[in-house]
Amino acid sequence: MSKFDTSIQLIYVLAAACFVIGLHLMNSPATARRGNQISTIGMVIAGIATLILLIHSRTVTGVGWAVLLVGAAVGSAIGLYSAQTVQMTAMPQLVSMFNSVGGGAAALIAIYEYMHDESLAGGVLGTTTVTAVLDVIIGAVTFSGSIVAAGKLQGMIPGQPLIFKGSRLVNVALAVVAIGTAAFLMTTPSLPALFVMLLAALAFGVMMVLPIGGADMPVVISLLNACTGTAVAMAGFVISNWALIVAGALVGASGGILTKLMADAMNRSLANIIVGGFGTGDSAVAIGPGDSQAQVRSIAADDAAIQLAYASKVIIVPGYGLAAAQAQHGVAELAALLESRGIEVSYAIHPVAGRMPGHMNVLLAEANVPYPQLVEMDEINPEFARTDVALVIGANDVTNPAARRPGTAISGMPILDVDQAKSIIVVKRSMGHGYAGLDNELYVNPKTSMYFADAKRAMSELTAAVKTLVG
Amino acid sequence: MSTALVTDLTIFVLALLVGIEVIGKVPATLHTPLMSATNSIHGIVLAGALLIGVTAHSVAGYILAFVAAVFASANVVGGYVVTGRMLKMFKRRASVEKASQ
Repeated sequence: MSKFDTSIQLIYVLAAACFVIGLHLMNSPATARRGNQISTIGMVIAGIATLILLIHSRTVTGVGWAVLLVGAAVGSAIGLYSAQTVQMTAMPQLVSMFNSVGGGAAALIAIYEYMHDESLAGGVLGTTTVTAVLDVIIGAVTFSGSIVAAGKLQGMIPGQPLIFKGSRLVNVALAVVAIGTAAFLMTTPSLPALFVMLLAALAFGVMMVLPIGGADMPVVISLLNACTGTAVAMAGFVISNWALIVAGALVGASGGILTKLMADAMNRSLANIIVGGFGTGDSAVAIGPGDSQAQVRSIAADDAAIQLAYASKVIIVPGYGLAAAQAQHGVAELAALLESRGIEVSYAIHPVAGRMPGHMNVLLAEANVPYPQLVEMDEINPEFARTDVALVIGANDVTNPAARRPGTAISGMPILDVDQAKSIIVVKRSMGHGYAGLDNELYVNPKTSMYFADAKRAMSELTAAVKTLVG
Repeated sequence: MSTALVTDLTIFVLALLVGIEVIGKVPATLHTPLMSATNSIHGIVLAGALLIGVTAHSVAGYILAFVAAVFASANVVGGYVVTGRMLKMFKRRASVEKASQ
């Protein structure tokens, strides 16, 4: 290794250290911002080192520079624009798209190196083949899988599990093609075989995510994030670049741990989610929709406002409905109004409420809800028994008492003990099912009143009604 | 196995272990920002995308380099900006907390 190469590698190690320290500081809200800044500094250092390497190589052509700089400018503009304009509620989709392009870029690096090496006299080295093949497979699966995941969250692809007859067979066939061509490549360098493998992996990514229900998307996005990291590490092997290897492995491992934490919070195994299809039919539906309609009590804004205004303790249970309706500011206003009347208000945060763990925290933080009011599930569950009104806003499966019984799609998933409250108001647009496709037994509880409205409208109606009521 | 590959593998395995350790105690509140932060770190793939330029001297090479550069820079810039936006709200929350005390 020349003196120059050594210095560049050392600078890359410095960048990698910044990533590690940055990630470590993400362990606490107090230091998280500094963590992100340090990680950004690491990225800038790595970027500068790469530019120096490019200039020093003296082999980048004029066209090459134009291609790289224009490409980087276009990509940066797209990334900057989408990151600055995205609604907080659409954050998960955007993270998924960034996973997609990251995985795609990693796969392209391997494809390029493979093409380039094959054109050389020495051909493709065995070790390059192994890592390039892994990179292309993981990168391509992440690329197409993440697009499908984002499409599901955006509502462009139906959120419910999509399974057609023989879809499992197609999956197996695609996997066999991908692994088969990969094995073939180990003995015979062949560009066409690499492309066949690429196409099979892309198709497999689509087929892998399509049958997964919307409720599992947070876990899937986290898993795909870890996959992107691994693909980047493989790209690092292909081009022997330490920065890519270290950063990719860091993300692969921490993303894997994060995925496991999320799956644990839903009490589901990763295998179960992937093989999955939440609510695809084998679980018995507890209550027929016809029967439940008869027992459901609906409530008007005025009555709900009376209950809230004369309560002494209210727990708000936010769910995806709140995020979808962008009702975080409305709910914060209602809560502030109730608090000004001396009512104790807190928010019960289920670990997987919304579409990403911590999604509710981010949204409510955006609406300036004081941090101490957000209480995690284990802490708040004993509080429900002392609560006058539990106000459930667009949360469904995480409140369904059916989870306590065996034999349903959500059995064993820890839930919020909303049914322990003295009375329950559920704000929901319709009697529609949650992602698990189950009827929610909470809605037919005699203590429950249903307030059928979009969460944002419901919040402004309730706030107005409470104001008129108490003058 | 070449020495270079052994070194690469060693680095890879150690980095994996660091990755497992480093986020061990993260609270659920930070799961989303953390996912976003790791998401921006894999934007390092931009370095790899740019390095294609060192040997790319054909149309196919230029096209691959261009697409990879677009993808990777969108990942890295967008990832950091969106993580920063999320975390900014946490800071504001801390000041709310202080104000209410």
